Amino acid sequence: MTATGNAEGFGASVKRKEDQRFLTGKGNYTDDINRRGQSYAHFVRSPHAHARIRGIDASAALAMPGVLTVLTGQDVAADKLGGLICGWTIHSKDGSPMKAPAHPILALDEVRFVGDHVAVVIAETASQAKDAAEAVAVDYDVLPAVVSTADAAKPGSPLVHADVPSNLCYQWELGDKAATEAAFKNAAHIVSLDLVNNRLIPNPMEPRAAVGDYDSGTGTFTLFTTSQNPHLARLVLSAFVGIAPEHKLRVVAPDVGGGFGSKIFIYSEEAVCVWAAKKVDRPVKWTSDRSEAFLSDAHGRDHVSHAELAVDAEGRFLGLHVRTTAAMGAYLHTFSAAVPTYLYGTLLAGQYTTPAIYVEVDAVFTNTAPVDAYRGAGRPEATYLLERIVECAARDLGKDPAELRRLNFIRKFPYATPVALEYDVGDFDASMDRALELAEYSTFPARKAEAARRGKLRGIGFSAYIEACGLAPSRVAGALGAGVGLFESAQVRFNPTGNVQVFTGCHSHGQGHETTYAQLVSEHLGVSLDNIEIIHGDTAQVQYGLGTYGSRSGSVGGSAIIKAADKIIAKGRKIVAYRMEASVDDIEFKAGVFKVAGTDKQMTIAEVAFNAYVPHNYPLEELEPGLDENAFYDPQNFTFPSGTHICEVEIDPETGVTQIVKFTAVDDFGRIINPMIVHGQVHGGIAQGIGQAMLEGCHYDEETGQLITGSFMDYCMPRADDLPNFTIDATETACTHNPIGVKGCGEAGAIGSPPAVINAVTDAIGIRHMDMPATPERVWRAIQSTRLPRAAE
Amino acid sequence: MSSITISMSVNGKAVTAAAEPRTLLVEFLRETLKLTGTHVGCDTSQCGACVVHVDGKSVKSCTMLAATAEGAAITTIEGLAKDGELHPMQAAFREHHGLQCGFCTPGMVMSAVDLVSRHPNPDEHTVREQLEGNICRCTGYHNIVKAVIAGAAAMRS
Ligand code: FES
Ligand code: FES
Repeated sequence: MTATGNAEGFGASVKRKEDQRFLTGKGNYTDDINRRGQSYAHFVRSPHAHARIRGIDASAALAMPGVLTVLTGQDVAADKLGGLICGWTIHSKDGSPMKAPAHPILALDEVRFVGDHVAVVIAETASQAKDAAEAVAVDYDVLPAVVSTADAAKPGSPLVHADVPSNLCYQWELGDKAATEAAFKNAAHIVSLDLVNNRLIPNPMEPRAAVGDYDSGTGTFTLFTTSQNPHLARLVLSAFVGIAPEHKLRVVAPDVGGGFGSKIFIYSEEAVCVWAAKKVDRPVKWTSDRSEAFLSDAHGRDHVSHAELAVDAEGRFLGLHVRTTAAMGAYLHTFSAAVPTYLYGTLLAGQYTTPAIYVEVDAVFTNTAPVDAYRGAGRPEATYLLERIVECAARDLGKDPAELRRLNFIRKFPYATPVALEYDVGDFDASMDRALELAEYSTFPARKAEAARRGKLRGIGFSAYIEACGLAPSRVAGALGAGVGLFESAQVRFNPTGNVQVFTGCHSHGQGHETTYAQLVSEHLGVSLDNIEIIHGDTAQVQYGLGTYGSRSGSVGGSAIIKAADKIIAKGRKIVAYRMEASVDDIEFKAGVFKVAGTDKQMTIAEVAFNAYVPHNYPLEELEPGLDENAFYDPQNFTFPSGTHICEVEIDPETGVTQIVKFTAVDDFGRIINPMIVHGQVHGGIAQGIGQAMLEGCHYDEETGQLITGSFMDYCMPRADDLPNFTIDATETACTHNPIGVKGCGEAGAIGSPPAVINAVTDAIGIRHMDMPATPERVWRAIQSTRLPRAAE
Repeated sequence: MSSITISMSVNGKAVTAAAEPRTLLVEFLRETLKLTGTHVGCDTSQCGACVVHVDGKSVKSCTMLAATAEGAAITTIEGLAKDGELHPMQAAFREHHGLQCGFCTPGMVMSAVDLVSRHPNPDEHTVREQLEGNICRCTGYHNIVKAVIAGAAAMRS
């Protein structure tokens, strides 16, 4: 039961409304959609990391059964279509804008990564399209390629784009360089660390898909696609690619099987499907197979960094200097430029009072798939670097890692960091205390000793993270280079019979919005959950929206819904005042009932809705009929979830096999609407974080640029038997600047967990650092390296 | 390409349809019979999104030709609930929040039902090992494991 007495409202672990359809096979994912007369697309992709296209001969393919057409970059150019864009412009230290080379939807004269889009075959059936794609003869002039992030800017490296010197997209900086240099002069200790944040492939379980359709009768295009933000897809396809004006392009993102960032972006394939639908005058469907997903979905992370932390004699952090090289891949992607800058450098204060921070980021092009936001997007990279170097500091100084962190915790809020953020609220001691208790930290030495008696190495590792969600406000983001607004919209519509439809510009692809948002509305308007329907993912139904990413749906999308619901209440009070012949100021609203204060006169919100739609006795002179309100909400600030993760591992030194024996996460997400769903988000995030730390890593062959980890047999996804049960708890400081106190929980698991794992593994082995993933082979080698000197004795 | 005629029973109903000889069982179910509850998550038989029951045993339907299933009795996720009542395993997934995006879910539930037929009273370790062939990217498996153990208990009673 919640504060308002609503058993389905805020804080209730209500079972999900969407589960019935998913559990019975009635979900409606993009590949489940079939249109009358549908044809099928298959893409011809580059087998080379870098090559000039001398010519394309499609004649054999065109002669094959069922083939309708073969389209290439020349056709795209002939139709004067634009290319894909990066929606965020970063400026270099010297003030120059980033280099943003053209990104055509089908390559024009050069291919720049294995999997780059060369041509599309459209045929009657999927297998005919696939067979014919094999017969498209592309004459390539193979060029030298660079795939190494660390080497990309080195003299002599092949250029990914001939007009981008040294492959440098931008050279960005943030923070006070002079103050940071001064801090290092006064340091008692300088802790330094080189680390790699391993490249990851997101791999939502549903591969991307698109169905493009064109209605020549109305001149309207429809695109069904696996998108986290259909309105943004429409905006880019309309304003930049130039497929159709916005009002003639409908984008539908139906049930989407996970995204984790990789479905935020606007890709070539969906643009081609909707464009080609008009050319062949048939619906065109494309469904990625997993191999294509590995090659062409945007990848994540891929940083190479050097960091130095200046520390005083007591262990207080004085300054942090970070130099990072971040891979962009072959082309700038939808949000890629923002990820290693404003979503990374800004997070380097972490939970600590470090007064001076200076970060430099060089973004480089490489002949690899584009890199963009993946669950956490920049914040996992910042957290990994910071929590690793803090751990190294504790070890170098011989301090307890929990105590060293505490010594440096921020305790006064609001707190302005030296890297441009203002934390509104937090209580880092609370989450640390609770995590230490749940992880039974005080008795760890006994467990370590017991493991040692069994010949096992046991280690424990911490991560005290903070992250920034609900990217905002639009004004600030715009000043920093964002090309879009970062508000969210909502519409709350009562029907005459009193049930409610809520339209949101956020999109659910696993997060459970149909339940969580319904709970919010139920609590706020006193309508039962069964009478509330959440509608999302269709530009023809939802007025506008910016979609779901950056853990924004609760704090930004939820706040927009509350704002619209408040307008409903305000109108309802006027209607009731008229009906009851009372003053508006005397009308109270609580739990779905309007009352005239101090009387027993009342009307339910359903009665008010009926009156609004059947306005026979209604203030028509002053008030429009209907009960349907729209709101746009632009946040005042980011929200700042934080917490402590503690990982305990046990390693078999003979095999290097590492087992996570306990993983504890205590997070402060502000107020929580549905604890069951929030815990689920944390579990999933931690699983991806542990995946990064122990299993996953994308590799390209350095010589040929071929993707080596191109299937689930080569790229190690976390499976059920790789993971433990998780110990989860929450502390709460409510967000101060949105109406519901919510901060966001979708990414925290993937942000907090990787350093906790590596800190535990290195603690167990007794080494300072190891790059992710800590595979059995790497762990075994590391153990051997610690033993060598003794073997030589 | 020439087509062949394939007959089988799907969710208790006899079906006969023409298909290319190379048609996979999952394609036959999804494309020919329009039973889109069974999903395709990979092309290397790794993910388990496509698991159905063939004569009572779980099979990755992306790994079997439709023609090989000639005469077999197939159960898909659409055939699990009876008379509008969720199967106890489906109900357990809902109760324990064992699904998020729902994409792995049909295969996960079908695998879980088969798991219970072989291990009526599975512990956490057994469930984790037995689900090795089903990848979920959303849940971290924690709640799936809970759901399968609870579903097994409900299936016993
Ligand atoms: S689709 Fe069958 S195992 Fe992945
Ligand atoms: S629920 Fe999304 S993959 Fe399992």
